[in-house]
Amino acid sequence: MAAKPVLYYFNGRGKMESIRWLLAAAGVEFEEVFLETREQYEKLLQSGILMFQQVPMVEIDGMKLVQTRAILNYIAGKYNLYGKDLKERALIDMYVGGTDDLMGFLLSFPFLSAEDKVKQCAFVVEKATSRYFPAYEKVLKDHGQDFLVGNRLSWADIHLLEAILMLEEKKSDALSGFPLLQAFKKRISSIPTIKKFLAPGSKRKPISDDKYVETVRRVLRMYYDVKPH
Amino acid sequence: MSGKPRLTYVNGRGRMESIRWLLSAAGVEFEEIFLETREQLLKLCQDGSLLFHQLPLVEIDGMKLVQCRAILSYIAGKYNLYGKDLKERALIDMYVEGISDLMQLILVFPFSPPAAKEENLATIAEKATERYFPVFEKVLKQHGQDFLVGNRFSWADVQLMEAILAVEEKVPSVLSGFPQLQAFKTKMSNMPTIKKFLQPGSPRKPPPDEHYVATVKKIFKLN
Repeated sequence: MAAKPVLYYFNGRGKMESIRWLLAAAGVEFEEVFLETREQYEKLLQSGILMFQQVPMVEIDGMKLVQTRAILNYIAGKYNLYGKDLKERALIDMYVGGTDDLMGFLLSFPFLSAEDKVKQCAFVVEKATSRYFPAYEKVLKDHGQDFLVGNRLSWADIHLLEAILMLEEKKSDALSGFPLLQAFKKRISSIPTIKKFLAPGSKRKPISDDKYVETVRRVLRMYYDVKPH
Repeated sequence: MSGKPRLTYVNGRGRMESIRWLLSAAGVEFEEIFLETREQLLKLCQDGSLLFHQLPLVEIDGMKLVQCRAILSYIAGKYNLYGKDLKERALIDMYVEGISDLMQLILVFPFSPPAAKEENLATIAEKATERYFPVFEKVLKQHGQDFLVGNRFSWADVQLMEAILAVEEKVPSVLSGFPQLQAFKTKMSNMPTIKKFLQPGSPRKPPPDEHYVATVKKIFKLN
């Protein structure tokens, strides 16, 4: 019997959240080990199971995978969310690259000063509405299909939904002017595994708060000021 | 019409160099378009060639691909440099992503202010010798094979070779203390396609200079 994947990270979104999304959308149950103390982290480092001394780390199928992208690629491939051939995979990689860049602008957000948060929020909303959302709106418009690639649910759809919801947390009407993305959001949210993940009680993590920031700083001994993009 | 892949970028390494390395290692000839003005970039944005208004752009097999990883993964998959199954691919991805983190430090280095350059150079040396090179030294030592994954040449080997040479340009003695990597470097240098890429006249670009930095800043409107 296959063991469930085990996710090693902080009890918060960060770089692990996209992995939780993808596993959940694929209907895969997983366990989590949360980093809470410096001692725990140092023990992990000394054990040598973090290849580049970093988290996220996911134990899956006998491997101890690190590097968010490597982990996501593996899950997408394993659960048939990576297209049917090389060309579809290239499209998915391209689209995921965009949403990754967009969500990447929000990774440091919890660590910013109040003033910088305002600036970064404006920056991310501008990038979303002038660069990224128009690109995905056009993809959907050009082929008229329900999913971004190959007329079938893929990692690209799941990642885009995650990005849309993150942006809406910052600006509730971020999708105004993007009718196809609005329909896309409703459609993908109602897929049973995703609907379950979006309901309370799932492994989805809330927006990172001061407690999360404090934990990360303490565990990683990351006490420098974080600057916005 | 040649059907060769066409690369659009600035005339320099930047984020396109890993793609030049991989195509060359796979023995694939390609064409290059070099942007010199901001107007050229804006034109590409307006005509819809750039999905996210960014470079690199690689036109290959009827697609206009952007996003380095997407481009590199496609090339690796197409030319059988991506392992034999999902698990080998995961190892290759893991190694490549780690090396990319190191390469990122080198990528931004020419753009750092003069006052920060010494510290940034020290960081490159430290990360290379304490975090990244030890991992690959250990991988090669443990399986005793010539290549990082699956006893076969892959994208991971190409990326590691590129990184070793890039770091050596900044820290010449960086491989002392890494005998496996020294042997790896020699073996890779002697592979016919890589040997050819390392010779003058190949598409390989020189290290970034002031002209390159100025061109990039102008075209992308960086400070």
